[in-house]
Amino acid sequence: MSEMYVSGQSGIGRLIEALAERGHRVIGPVVRNQALVYDEIEGVEDLPKGWTDLQEPGKYRLERRGDEKLFGYVVGPSSWKQYLNPPEEVLWSGTIGPDGFQTDPPPEPPLYAFFGVRPCELAALAILDNVYTTTDGVPTFGGYTATREKAFIVAVNCSDPGGNCFCVSMDTGPTAKAGYDISITEVAHSGNMRYLLSSGSAAGAEVLAGLGGLDEASSDEIEAGDAVLARAAEMMGRELDTNDLPDLLKGNVLNPRWASVGDRCLACANCTMVCPTCFCNTVDDNLSLDGTHATRTRKWDSCFTLGFSYMHGQPMREAVSSRYRQWITHKLSSWVDQFGEMGCVGCGRCITWCPVGIDITHEAGAIRRGDLRDTHITVGGHSS
Amino acid sequence: MALPKLAVYKFASCDGCQLSILDVEDLLLDIASVVHIANFPEASREVVEGPYDLTLVEGSISTPHDAERIHEIRRQSKYLVTIGACATAGGIQALKNWKDTDLFMSTVYAHPEYLETLETSTPIKNHVEVNFELRGCPVDKMALVEVVAAFVQGRRPNIPEYSVCVECKRKGTPCVMVSHGTPCLGPVTQAGCGALCPSYNRGCYGCFGPMESPNTEMLAAAWQRLGASHRDLVDAFRGFNAYAEPFRITSDHHEALAVAKGE
Repeated sequence: MSEMYVSGQSGIGRLIEALAERGHRVIGPVVRNQALVYDEIEGVEDLPKGWTDLQEPGKYRLERRGDEKLFGYVVGPSSWKQYLNPPEEVLWSGTIGPDGFQTDPPPEPPLYAFFGVRPCELAALAILDNVYTTTDGVPTFGGYTATREKAFIVAVNCSDPGGNCFCVSMDTGPTAKAGYDISITEVAHSGNMRYLLSSGSAAGAEVLAGLGGLDEASSDEIEAGDAVLARAAEMMGRELDTNDLPDLLKGNVLNPRWASVGDRCLACANCTMVCPTCFCNTVDDNLSLDGTHATRTRKWDSCFTLGFSYMHGQPMREAVSSRYRQWITHKLSSWVDQFGEMGCVGCGRCITWCPVGIDITHEAGAIRRGDLRDTHITVGGHSS
Repeated sequence: MALPKLAVYKFASCDGCQLSILDVEDLLLDIASVVHIANFPEASREVVEGPYDLTLVEGSISTPHDAERIHEIRRQSKYLVTIGACATAGGIQALKNWKDTDLFMSTVYAHPEYLETLETSTPIKNHVEVNFELRGCPVDKMALVEVVAAFVQGRRPNIPEYSVCVECKRKGTPCVMVSHGTPCLGPVTQAGCGALCPSYNRGCYGCFGPMESPNTEMLAAAWQRLGASHRDLVDAFRGFNAYAEPFRITSDHHEALAVAKGE
């Protein structure tokens, strides 16, 4: 295990500045439009100090914590795929002229530092890495890999899991195990915030060594950090029984429960847009009016749109129930066949950001229990 | 080779969608280089006779005269595209479809006997075959350019039919319903405006009409949990696209409930 350091909030500020000095665009959590989103940060003062996020199915509220925690919340609607697999991206563009057809030079991949990556989000990045690489290790989507390989990752372990969190069920949190350059654990110590920092890579060790002003963590401080994370693991808002789940879903293709969820689902696609691992895209080809300039644009798509399954003159998944079944079955079952693991990390975003509060853990549980229909459904709570 | 001839016609409407064509500014020259703007009275007094290759129709059918005129326009047009909420759903003036037209006429006009009007305001597709519908109140000007480009290039226009939510999420705008409980029509409304209202922390007004598979009743239930009354729902669904079927059915349903509950 690498050496553990300890600092106050000033050390966190110096870390953000050090990453910027190394040429990274530092992206981290900021408050905007009454939610936490990921955007560029310049210092510790940009972080959501003293905020927390209350999460229920279909409901998210930012509230004051009453303490000075920098990381006393979980995740908002944005995820890191926004930067690695941007919502809209020109794949190539070109112009035809007197000298023939010329493509425009592609932009340089940006150099990011992702600051405040949660353990479930590290797992999501590992899943996307797997999606965008062949079994022989060849990248299948150059834009993703070029940006991902250069990104510096600062992970933050979770001390305050949210109402829709179930990372313990998915074995992805609340403690980061791998996949980061630096990891941080926030410990409240009699009103003071202390930060345990350790490196997970050579680059991370180099940054920490150059930071200055850090103390070596004492064994008491390390134990206090471990206690925070052990307690967090007991605070999960939800639970998903993954035992035999892939086969269970495969064996329930015709379960009447799908009709029940199809009645409730808006097919608005919010769940897939906020999911940190949903990677479906569509490609639009556009030509200027005079036909001389062509642009091919990749955009986030969703298995909840009709266009997604459109072929031979009609959509193959007309019924909303079949679209929901496709989504949850892919996440929890056929993803395993395709990529060797599940496509869900237990972050709870799809539950929170569904405007009608459909809960993936509840729906998977209903299939397991054989519940055909909920007797009473409300946003913010489920069947009685 | 002669350029394809473009015509633009107006029915009951505010002219906003036609103005979107002029609003494309320098792209107007590009449009004029690929189509012959043959009949567009709002832009030019020069009118070249039909038939036309591409006809854009704005506005709804609300008079007996217009109900005749649209058939002649259809006969003169190879490819007919309706633009805007009036032409595709009857527009805000379709609110009269729920009221007594005679009462309006006698209240507003000194001599209603001079007026000829229909009891309803209806979309163009209720009267003639339409080749493509471009939604919006008003339409998005770049979507108009896309429709013209697609026509000239012989391809399907790239116009989304999914929900406004997809645009909100691509833009990085947090959901107004989820993060502050603001009722929003976005989940049942077709994308195309760039999710304008939610980016200003307001709910969607449904300007682009119903999305491809709108679950209006379940969204209405979610609005009620946020405190909306049946009457609020009637008002929300009776906007610019009130007469579009999914919105109409839902507003009628909640009007009946509002009456039954004495709201």
